[in-house]
Amino acid sequence: MSFLNNVITGISLGSIYAIIALGYTMVYGIAKMLNFAHGDVIMVGAYVCFFAMGNFNLPPVVGVLLAVVVCTLLGVVIERLAYKPLRAAPSLAVLITAIGVSYLLQNSAQILWGAATKTFRPIVDGSLTLVPGQLSISYVALLSVVCCIIVMVGLTLFTGQTKMGKAMRACSEDKGAAQLMGIDVNATISMTFAIGSALAALAGVLMCSAYPVLSPTTGSMPGIRAFTAAVFGGIGSVPGALLGGILLGVIETFGKAYISTDLSDAVVFAVLIIVLLVRPAGLMGKYVPEKV
Amino acid sequence: MEKRLNGKRLSKASRSGFINYGIVIAAFVILQLLMALGLLSNSLQSLLVPTCCYIVMAVSLNLTVGILGELSLGHAGFMSLGAFSGIVASFLLADAIPFAPLRLALSMIVGAVFGALGGVVVGVPVLRLQGDYLAIVTLAFGQIIKNIIMVLYVGVDEKGFHIAASSERFNLAEDGVAIIKGPMGAVGVAKLASFTAGFVLILITLAVVQNLVNSRSGRAIMALRDNRIAAESVGINTTKYKLMAFVTSAALAGAAGALFGLNYSSTVASKFDFNASILVLVFVVLGGLGSIRGSIIAAALLYVLPELLRQFGDIADYRMLVYAIVLILVMLVTNNDSLKALLGRIIPKRKGAASHG
Repeated sequence: MSFLNNVITGISLGSIYAIIALGYTMVYGIAKMLNFAHGDVIMVGAYVCFFAMGNFNLPPVVGVLLAVVVCTLLGVVIERLAYKPLRAAPSLAVLITAIGVSYLLQNSAQILWGAATKTFRPIVDGSLTLVPGQLSISYVALLSVVCCIIVMVGLTLFTGQTKMGKAMRACSEDKGAAQLMGIDVNATISMTFAIGSALAALAGVLMCSAYPVLSPTTGSMPGIRAFTAAVFGGIGSVPGALLGGILLGVIETFGKAYISTDLSDAVVFAVLIIVLLVRPAGLMGKYVPEKV
Repeated sequence: MEKRLNGKRLSKASRSGFINYGIVIAAFVILQLLMALGLLSNSLQSLLVPTCCYIVMAVSLNLTVGILGELSLGHAGFMSLGAFSGIVASFLLADAIPFAPLRLALSMIVGAVFGALGGVVVGVPVLRLQGDYLAIVTLAFGQIIKNIIMVLYVGVDEKGFHIAASSERFNLAEDGVAIIKGPMGAVGVAKLASFTAGFVLILITLAVVQNLVNSRSGRAIMALRDNRIAAESVGINTTKYKLMAFVTSAALAGAAGALFGLNYSSTVASKFDFNASILVLVFVVLGGLGSIRGSIIAAALLYVLPELLRQFGDIADYRMLVYAIVLILVMLVTNNDSLKALLGRIIPKRKGAASHG
């Protein structure tokens, strides 16, 4: 039973990682940049929901929607102000800018909302008992998995069927050619940031519902883990993010349960290194041989 | 880099190198004078050794990122290895070598050796990967090192040396002394580090890195950075030269770590986390990729700046915010053509600032 419990915990945690990893993977696929500020957008989303529910007594659904809207705007604004002027700059310059944005968000949060940790009130309470006293699934865990599935199906349809989605895929293959075909590359990149940030807000609320501590640095560690998940599954690949996220969540939970609580990080990252050595482009990534 | 190809290459390169030594020596002399005159506050004096460590970190990371052209996000991991191995070494050598500077030097060598070992362990498998994948693996490595040291217990009693991965298995005798105590880190460390040691370490680092860069091997390393396939096709051994740069960089970081660890009476592994790696990377990028002098200046200024801001009451809370904004603005200004043109009109002739990324 404890095994099944661990599987459930792992999958629900992994679903949250997967939702965050999607943001990384989409931005990387299209803008070819590691958006280090993504983890901090999660934190902002969680704070918005926290204040909406706590200070204004809004229902959870409104809180989540508000978080999504605020983060979407935030993502687009960040992209416009900080990343867009650097389209042609070397990738390291963009990376450092992203780190700067990450510091900016963390420190703004600290000044605005204080450094003290806050206790997040879960958006749904209670749990579903499968075997009395032994096996139960919290509604938050269930909600995370459901959200993850909806997001995945939605994104797959979006990138496969809609015009904007097709534009995104075109941009990720070849920006120059896409532009020649009349695709507005800048608008497409903004759209990608908007979607990624909206997902980050959702993930932030889910994560803080499952692990109810909220502080200005809440987002950074899950951000790094989700980034790892994105690389694990093959960065740039949407199903890869799902697979990587779930696997990372399961490995982390099992590492905590069966190896050592303190070493869970080491286990997760060791598995990542081994996977990358065997499959250098991640589990579902395309290996592109270099042309001479 | 193109200029290296013409006839005056060596004289130019070594002149630039001598200027770097000159800057460091001048800074050391001035700071010593200021200290002798009592013009340096205590809080500033306490920053001297860590600043030296971070200068070494920045110069060594520049070797990986700027000269070899591989992004590393786990440089603090090597620093951590060096710090804790250096602390243990200095503790074990305490009776054998009572003369502190010699013990410090030996501890730093031990730190460098452990850093280099870490570099080999990470480098051999990982340098086959490229670009962002290498970056994520170095990040992962930094996390693993931090995590392992957080659960590591090291101590000595009359039965000898004890090392364990958890407090239960750590069967140290009653009269034994624990050097590293898991999450509490190393405690009761003898503070051996001195500003002079830091100064010497910077000079050694400069000598190692500058001589490597201007050697045949250094040119091979830069050729790999500029075009790997072309370099391979003229017979440059990719793994050998990549590893050479990576391990040298890791060893220097280890030595810096040992000095850093021996500067405080207690050190925890979480000091050397992802943020520490990023901090060093910021120094390197702001100083200019491949520019040793840039790394030195950026590391010194940017390490001291937030601490200086701490002293101004009201701004103190906003210092990291200011730091973040400065970081973003510098990147935007130095990399955006229209902004650069605008700035060029306001301040005519900003020499060289544009050429660094």
